[in-house]
Amino acid sequence: MIELISKPWPWYISGPLISLVMFTMLILGKKFGVSSNLRTICSMSGAGKFAEFFRFEWKKDIWNLIFILGALIGGFISREFLTADPSVAISAQTIADLQAFGMSNPGSDYIPAEIFNWDTLFSLKGFLLMVVGGILIGFGTRYGDGCTSGHGISGLSNLQLPSLVAVIGFFIGGLIVTFFVLPYVLTL
Amino acid sequence: MKYIKFLVVGIIFGIILSKSEAVSWFRIYEMFKFQSFHMYGIIGSAVVTGAVVIAIMKKMNVQSTLGTEINYSVKKMSVKRYLFGGTIFGMGWAMTGACPGPMFVLVGQGFGLFLVVIASAIFGTFLYGLVKDKLPH
Repeated sequence: MIELISKPWPWYISGPLISLVMFTMLILGKKFGVSSNLRTICSMSGAGKFAEFFRFEWKKDIWNLIFILGALIGGFISREFLTADPSVAISAQTIADLQAFGMSNPGSDYIPAEIFNWDTLFSLKGFLLMVVGGILIGFGTRYGDGCTSGHGISGLSNLQLPSLVAVIGFFIGGLIVTFFVLPYVLTL
Repeated sequence: MKYIKFLVVGIIFGIILSKSEAVSWFRIYEMFKFQSFHMYGIIGSAVVTGAVVIAIMKKMNVQSTLGTEINYSVKKMSVKRYLFGGTIFGMGWAMTGACPGPMFVLVGQGFGLFLVVIASAIFGTFLYGLVKDKLPH
């Protein structure tokens, strides 16, 4: 059993399990959406001094911070105890494409360590991918009122048209970056 | 103690995201290049089962464990807001390879560097709060 769990899980197991998480959160009287935590953290940190948007009763959203703390712990448990081999079986074409950008071992771990490390963080490449990328996520999720969990899973499951528009946006943005920006940034 | 159930569900969520490899930068890159079905399978099967579950819950008028109505979060329609916001988020998703859930999961996995991505995302949210009223919604 543990051997089976330690292998990567196929999509047809993972997908339905994610919807089960959403179901559990709804049954517990809450909702399934991660990005609103970023706003909560702003409010906790006193951002209400600067903008009305952050003046709300953040204490009633502590449950969501606890949820995301759990997700962090889940990442640790998975890595320490449930992952025999952290390599990711991406397609041969993806490997070839990334090698063409000079990446030596695409898919050898969850994250491309040659790009995401403390040294590259202080280079233009790392700064763009981690800091600018992060800012876009925080800005876009609040502007668009949700991320992959809130719109992609919760919203689409509830047949919300606004969520479909948002998901189309996710792909417009993701495709622009993947096809027109990453080829330059990855070879910096 | 009243929060412990959310901690447990969160832990399970973190394990699922990890084991599904949805937290992997490579999987996101591969998805946006349409080179594998994996991520589409995860999101697609989650939405299909989720839609069935929600339809049944509504049909049976299921209530929460607190005895309250379920909050299905009905959103007000606007193309601009969701399209622009969604596009900006999508750009960041493709760059970092992580959406808001996975960035926390990755820190737990030992990639402490993603604390920088989290801090940047918090800062991005703060910037949105500052300029919110000047944007089309």
